[in-house]
Amino acid sequence: MSAGVALGLVAATFVASFVEFVEALTIVLAMGVTRGWRSALAGTAAAALALAAFTAVAGYAIATWLPESLLRLVIGGLLLVFGLQWLRKAILRSSGLKALHDEEETFAAQAAAAEQAGRRMAFGLDWFSFVVSFKGVFLEGAEVVFIVLTFGQNARNIPVAAAAAAAAGFVVVVAGIVVQGPLARVPENTLKYVVGLMLTTFGTFWSVEGLGIARPGGESLTWPGGDLMLPVVLLAWLALSRLLIRTAPTLATPTPVTASQAKES
Amino acid sequence: MIAVRFVRAFLRFWYDFVIGDDWKIATSVAVVLVTGALLAHNTHLPDGATAVLLGLALLAAFVVEFAIDTRHRR
Repeated sequence: MSAGVALGLVAATFVASFVEFVEALTIVLAMGVTRGWRSALAGTAAAALALAAFTAVAGYAIATWLPESLLRLVIGGLLLVFGLQWLRKAILRSSGLKALHDEEETFAAQAAAAEQAGRRMAFGLDWFSFVVSFKGVFLEGAEVVFIVLTFGQNARNIPVAAAAAAAAGFVVVVAGIVVQGPLARVPENTLKYVVGLMLTTFGTFWSVEGLGIARPGGESLTWPGGDLMLPVVLLAWLALSRLLIRTAPTLATPTPVTASQAKES
Repeated sequence: MIAVRFVRAFLRFWYDFVIGDDWKIATSVAVVLVTGALLAHNTHLPDGATAVLLGLALLAAFVVEFAIDTRHRR
């Protein structure tokens, strides 16, 4: 693995994990502050255990079941779809066609829902707080696991990817303890744009390489210049996204917001 | 009953993960990759040319998907 790829791996994993941990922290904080910390932290711990099991199974399956080029195609394809979803939202937000993500607003909505929900006890825990914390941490954490495994496996360095994600988690937890509130000052929309670009770049690079599985022999395709092509692919996606940010408002026509679009934002 | 709920939740999780808010992204990527697989299988283009061509196809597919998506926003 070249130094450039290693740096890209660390940066992409750290930033992507950081954003996901910030979102999980907001949910756990909302539950902890409004309904008590015991059940919120129990939900968080249960989600962490479930994630560890998920990581072990998924990591083993990825590492042992698929040949290299097919692995690149499958993982690259998933990374590409995932990255383009982030990039699409980032472009829509930057061009003013979608509301910016606001952690304080999310925190307020979660806290309001928590205050209105009834109190049902199970296993000595406030079940609402436990379930919401569990789901929040598990779903955001699953995205971190996915990014760590895909980046790590394709770059043949899962420990570095895992360390970058762990560092991001540590920073977010410490910041949460210091601030004692949602991390609203984190430039989340900008970070999501950066993550979208990185996931899309690596996804493009690896999925195209993996298409070699369709050739006789099944060897991965090679980009001209090998890994040196990665910054070129990144620049291409960056240039396209800037162009779309500028042109998106002119493409849009005024129509009533549908229920699904309202839910999305 | 619990098994059915688990399977439904599992499928829902992967649907949200892969398809997300916009099914057109997953579809456009799948179309380009399937076309790329056919290209790699049936032609003898040099690796570099195939890779660049497919990279450009992915950019173009995203532009088309985004243009369709944006038409009814405001």
